[in-house]
Amino acid sequence: MTSPSGPQPPLLQICALTKRFGGFIALDNVSVDIRSGERFGLIGPNGSGKTTLINCISGAFRTEAGTVVFGDEDITRLPPHIRTRRGIARSFQIPRPFKSMTVVENLMVALDFASVSGAFVPTAQRRDTVMSILTQTGLASKADMSTLGLSQVELRKMELARAMATHPKLLISDEAMAGLSSSEVDEVLDLLIKLAGQGITIIMIEHIMQAVMRFSERVMCLDAGKIIAIGAPAEVMANQRVQEAYLGT
Amino acid sequence: MNRNGILFWIGATLFLVAALLMTQVIGNQYPFFACYVILQFIVLAVAWSILGGYAGYVNFGTSAFFGVGVYTAVFLFKAFGAPLAVQIVAAAAVGAFLGFALGLLTLRMQGIFFSIATIALTIIIETSVTNWRYVGGAAGIQLQRPLGTWPFDDYVQMLFFVQALLVVLAIAIARYIQASWIGRGLQALKDDELAAECTGVPTLRLKVLACVISGALMCAAGAPAAMYLQYADPSSAFNLNYSVSVLAMSLIGGTAHWAGPVVGAIVLGATQQLLTVTISSEVNVLVLGVMLVLFVVVAPEGIIGLIRRARRNRSGSKA
Repeated sequence: MTSPSGPQPPLLQICALTKRFGGFIALDNVSVDIRSGERFGLIGPNGSGKTTLINCISGAFRTEAGTVVFGDEDITRLPPHIRTRRGIARSFQIPRPFKSMTVVENLMVALDFASVSGAFVPTAQRRDTVMSILTQTGLASKADMSTLGLSQVELRKMELARAMATHPKLLISDEAMAGLSSSEVDEVLDLLIKLAGQGITIIMIEHIMQAVMRFSERVMCLDAGKIIAIGAPAEVMANQRVQEAYLGT
Repeated sequence: MNRNGILFWIGATLFLVAALLMTQVIGNQYPFFACYVILQFIVLAVAWSILGGYAGYVNFGTSAFFGVGVYTAVFLFKAFGAPLAVQIVAAAAVGAFLGFALGLLTLRMQGIFFSIATIALTIIIETSVTNWRYVGGAAGIQLQRPLGTWPFDDYVQMLFFVQALLVVLAIAIARYIQASWIGRGLQALKDDELAAECTGVPTLRLKVLACVISGALMCAAGAPAAMYLQYADPSSAFNLNYSVSVLAMSLIGGTAHWAGPVVGAIVLGATQQLLTVTISSEVNVLVLGVMLVLFVVVAPEGIIGLIRRARRNRSGSKA
């Protein structure tokens, strides 16, 4: 999926982003551009600001300084649901399903509220859309089950499926593989690679290094709210400071 | 879905015909008196559960909305001699506005803070009305009911029928919301507000909308009460008992389905009427408390939840 015609403008531009919680600086002057169609890995030790960055991109947090530009629009002050409609979808580190609903209903929420057109679509047709997303994510057999009955890996997939139902341009996966067995990690990873193949830009936060290495075209490492390395996966892994951040000195 | 809709409207029509027949056949005033109160509680409970049940935002301010409905009617009647329909429509408009203001101010707060704010609202409005001399102040105001108009011999019978109409209206609205995208959005934000927002649900706007609709219906339900009692005073119009009863009715009936508050209001309302007549009005408060505790412990999803569970078990044992 390399673009043949020269450099494209970035899909997401984060510029000098700073986020404080009281006296604690969670993100310190972070700037990064993410290209359209890129598979972007985000790593860093616990508490380094990865999820905070995601929350600032998706709109869950207001930032103190800096801007977030998506496409050619400044979205820094937009509430999360508008950002979702613009094409930013995410999953959560700890799955947050709508627990009183079935899997299909979870996805229906996305279809109801995130559709750009707002045009009326018949129920049967919307169910077809949902079912095709569920088939793609391997959840078709669980469609009418309550989310309470899903296993951990199914919950992760359900979150990705729900995010997909908003028809995103940018999908942010926040540790979708944490706590899964190695075969399950491969399942989720294959799914993410498949989605990337459809032209969706993906930011993947992950601790599992094989997954990051296999998935990412580019990796960024955060430590204490600062970018300490960014570049090709092998390059970042070999970086002295990254190794120090992970292993301690 | 469509069949359900037809059945619903057939049921609603039958209910209204029965209510109309009752006014023509029964001469005694008491049944209207008792049934009026139950109907009023059905409207209040259904309205309450639009915000309290679907969205999960517990409103302790039912009495504020109810009282504002009462006093909107009182004011319009005293100032302009406005007819009942005008009183009700105006009360609904005031209720919608009040719901909008309350929602905008407080629904940014999540959970318990909203509930506390609604109690404060009740106190503020009650205090204001208590100090408003034109509508009688703390001493209250006497009103003279007009004569009944055709086909009703008596004004109370008409009030009874009007309240029955409001019941159908309230249920139809709640039913529509439950099945529509609004209901799905409210359910999503009740489950998880951040996840809902990140799935595209405009949570604040939906909560305010629910608060507006709920408030309008509550005020509309209160409007005929002044004429019904021929008297209004702040401490009974804004009585916290309305808030507690309505909350108990919704929770005991179950909030996941529009039928829940209806069942709850009928069961509790009828029990209260029965106890008030046979024993005393103090005992009915006690019974309300005991029932609420029982249901919260034994059947947290209310009567509707119990029925659903029973159905599921039956179909489970068949399979």
